[in-house]
Amino acid sequence: MLSRFVAFTSLGRTALPNLYDLFAFALIFAIFALIAHASHGVTLPLAAPEATSVSLDYGALPYYALRTALRMFAAIAASLLFTFVYATLAAKSRRAALLLVPLLDVLQSVPILGFLSFTVTFFLGLFPGSTLGAECAAIFAIFTSQAWNMAFSFYQSLRSVPRDLTEAARSLGLSSWQKFWQLETPFAMPGLIWNMMMSMSGGWFFVVASEAITVGDTSIKLPGIGSYLALAIEEKRVDAVLAAILTMLVVIVIYDQLLFRPLVAFSARFRVELSAGEVQEKSFAGQLFARTRWLRAALRPIGQLLHAVSLRRMELPIRSSGRKPASLALSRTVDALWLAVIGAGAAWAVLQIASYMRQELSMADFWQSVLYTLITMARVAVLMTFATLVWVPAGIWIGLRPRLAEKVQPFAQFLAAFPANVIFPVAVAVILRFSLNPDIWLSFLIVFGTQWYILFNVIAGASAFPNDLKEAAAAFRISGLDWWVNVILPGIFPYYVTGALTASGGSWNAAIVAEYVKWGSDTVSAHGIGAYISQATEAGDYPRIVLGVAVMSAFVIIFNRVLWRPLYELAETRLRLD
Amino acid sequence: MQTLNARTPLLATKPLLEMRGISQRYQTGAGEPGPAVLENISLDLRENEIVGLLGRSGCGKSSLLRIAAGLISPSAGEVHYLGKPVLGPADGIAMVFQSFALFPWLTVLGNVELGLRAKQVPKEEARRRALKAIDLIGLDGYESAFPKELSGGMRQRVGFARALVVQPNLLLMDEPFSALDVLTAETLRTDLLDLWVEGRMPIKSILMVTHNIEEAVLMCDRIVVLAGSPAKIGAEISITLRHPRNRLDREFQQLVDKIYALMTKRPEPAAAGREIAVAGLGMPLPRVSTNTIAGMIEEIAAEPYAGRADLPALAESLQMEVDELFPVAETLQLLRFADLEEGDIKLTPAGMRFAEADVDVRKRLFGEHLMAYLPLAARIKRVLDERPSHTARAVRFLEELEDYMSEDYAERTLKSVVNWGRYGELFAYDETSETFSLENPQ
Repeated sequence: MLSRFVAFTSLGRTALPNLYDLFAFALIFAIFALIAHASHGVTLPLAAPEATSVSLDYGALPYYALRTALRMFAAIAASLLFTFVYATLAAKSRRAALLLVPLLDVLQSVPILGFLSFTVTFFLGLFPGSTLGAECAAIFAIFTSQAWNMAFSFYQSLRSVPRDLTEAARSLGLSSWQKFWQLETPFAMPGLIWNMMMSMSGGWFFVVASEAITVGDTSIKLPGIGSYLALAIEEKRVDAVLAAILTMLVVIVIYDQLLFRPLVAFSARFRVELSAGEVQEKSFAGQLFARTRWLRAALRPIGQLLHAVSLRRMELPIRSSGRKPASLALSRTVDALWLAVIGAGAAWAVLQIASYMRQELSMADFWQSVLYTLITMARVAVLMTFATLVWVPAGIWIGLRPRLAEKVQPFAQFLAAFPANVIFPVAVAVILRFSLNPDIWLSFLIVFGTQWYILFNVIAGASAFPNDLKEAAAAFRISGLDWWVNVILPGIFPYYVTGALTASGGSWNAAIVAEYVKWGSDTVSAHGIGAYISQATEAGDYPRIVLGVAVMSAFVIIFNRVLWRPLYELAETRLRLD
Repeated sequence: MQTLNARTPLLATKPLLEMRGISQRYQTGAGEPGPAVLENISLDLRENEIVGLLGRSGCGKSSLLRIAAGLISPSAGEVHYLGKPVLGPADGIAMVFQSFALFPWLTVLGNVELGLRAKQVPKEEARRRALKAIDLIGLDGYESAFPKELSGGMRQRVGFARALVVQPNLLLMDEPFSALDVLTAETLRTDLLDLWVEGRMPIKSILMVTHNIEEAVLMCDRIVVLAGSPAKIGAEISITLRHPRNRLDREFQQLVDKIYALMTKRPEPAAAGREIAVAGLGMPLPRVSTNTIAGMIEEIAAEPYAGRADLPALAESLQMEVDELFPVAETLQLLRFADLEEGDIKLTPAGMRFAEADVDVRKRLFGEHLMAYLPLAARIKRVLDERPSHTARAVRFLEELEDYMSEDYAERTLKSVVNWGRYGELFAYDETSETFSLENPQ
């Protein structure tokens, strides 16, 4: 069920041209290099305003939780807006898609936390002396963790609207605007909502990470759980750390009950399969709302207004329906021109990066960052394997017991949403206490928050494993290793890949935070590209941040292309059970 | 037919819809116009008639309907509705889809209203008219149901209500009953015909695509048979039987037989030798399983047919629809296991031998016929033989096929060859690496 919603680059012979990825990659980093370059002069020390002071008083926690949650919702609103504009443009214009889709594909693979330093300096420069800049930077950081997969999901849905529905809409005379709201958006809804929920689950991690940040001389603490936690760490207050963890737990429970479940239940309505077969998702809050009278009555006018707007024709006077397609030769020429423009832009971008880097860095820096990235990659690979070995059997065991699965599943989803970085200081305290080797023990933090994606996807897969296949396996007395290799593992494979893909992406991001952790004045740091980026960020060393993030992104993209995409294709083509 | 006069004529002299010199071409894999599907088709629709478009599956009849609807534009030719050129979906033309094409997130009422609301009909009026259409089509009480709660028949009724509510002059139907079970389809057909005969629908004319010959004879005043590749109008038959028509009528049966014969008529032999070879390689193949092929041969060989069967009777006894039967029959003809003529299918001596043989002999015989009569299979085998590695990527042949046909057809054709070639043990195919080879796995 889950794999259907995963936003992943299209497969098969129509897969994306890889050359464009390179262009996109170059463009993104050129922009960041430029911003970094330009903001050199802007990073004046910001006199800490009263508004950003944080206290460790427990009583302030609800307020901080609210601020954190608000930031989250501001970001999700921005992500939705971005999704509707970007994905629609990419889906409707073939030429725009040539640029936008590879760009999105790269953005999806870039570890967002590495950019925090750029965005903070950029937004602070935009609103000098005001906390608005810092707020925007935090919201932007969350936004960058949420927007890409939502946009990708929406784009893919827009491209795969069933042909008969499109024809029905056209023959009913729906205008483009009406078609968008009456057909395309509802069709994309289940995928979009699912990705939005996954994004928000992942987003808590970034809220916590982006509220308190130090870039060079600039140190910012926005009122929120993340800053509260950062302060608690600085002052080595174990009780305050625990209070922050507890608050986070409460916030996520509320979010899960009031938002996640109702929305997922709501999105079931937009499924296109014309059968009532699937299990109904239930939601306590959704049912509650369905039973309210006043609230629904109060919301009805809003619904009617939106409905009325969606039914306006909104036609551009120029675009008459009887437009004949332009001649093939002309269209080809424009294509070639457009590609030339993109190519020139990319070439310019590569030059920009190269010249910027050459001023500040030597080849030795480059090789060092490659080495560190290899270390981090080894860490991610080893720990993903480790998490797989633990959670795949556990997930299968749970998933094959429906009643247990029903109880464990929400818990696993909840754990996946819980920001693991809140737990990090506890781990650091333990490492310091027993003088453990950080290169080994910090590694576990990388998968601490992301392993749950594997667990709950495997549970979902094992739960969905067809009963007749189970019975067939039993009837032929397939057991032991044979059963694992030939029956259950191929059966859950598509689900596993979905979960592992998410977990792997999350782990790379987590590495930036997890390889360099503080407890009061003590710093525990492992060797790796994450620590490299974190240190460069703290020192305000922009060239090294750019270098570190660029090398890391390149590795993530290669990792995804070489490992995950083939696995995903295998899962899609060979091992689907439906 | 006096009752039909209840409908007031719009333009007494001019046809409702005129299609002139319509041609349509495939898009090849490279996006260039490929071979033609439809060639130079001219067709008029006048008031007060139901016209059926019949043809084998994949012959382009659905394309022709979509061209009439303004959903796709033809490569050549013009469509006029009430004298005005059709350049996009026109007011006054409504469509009913084979797959119903309902919006699953809208209720029955919402689905029916949508077309009116889209045209900015005021809310109250839209509601009134939608309820009336729902009432007319027998959906009373289902207004607030979602499509997924309804049975297939009820869903298609929504499809009809949605089309009728905009008060079209012309109703286009794309195999509207083929996704329904036999009983439901019959009920819906009868209900629709009753409404039509009694003049209770606003419609002035219906154009329907069907592959079901009996359905066409039951409903239509005129049947247009598309034949050949590219498809042209092979025949036009008018049917003057009175409604309600009786399937057991002698005249009815004769019409059905006549149309079967028309549809199985041999195409005129192609002109030059080279032409045939090229056309052979670029021939789209249907998806027909080897089990079906073998089963069909056995059925025809056995009593009561003893090697020669009347197609309508065969379809009846096998409970197959025409569009299921024809691809099998055509494949048998292609591989020279049978001949088609005058609505009959007759096994060749090879076909009779196949019927009597055991599995291994059958497979060998099948393989030999593939090599002899299916240029694509022979070509794959030759390439594999010539190469030192005895392997070849599927893409290589797919790209060749895409010079002749659309991507979808190319893929389907290659899949068929893979299946048949496996049965005939000509070559092996590995799905994961998409590679043909000569060795079978150890």
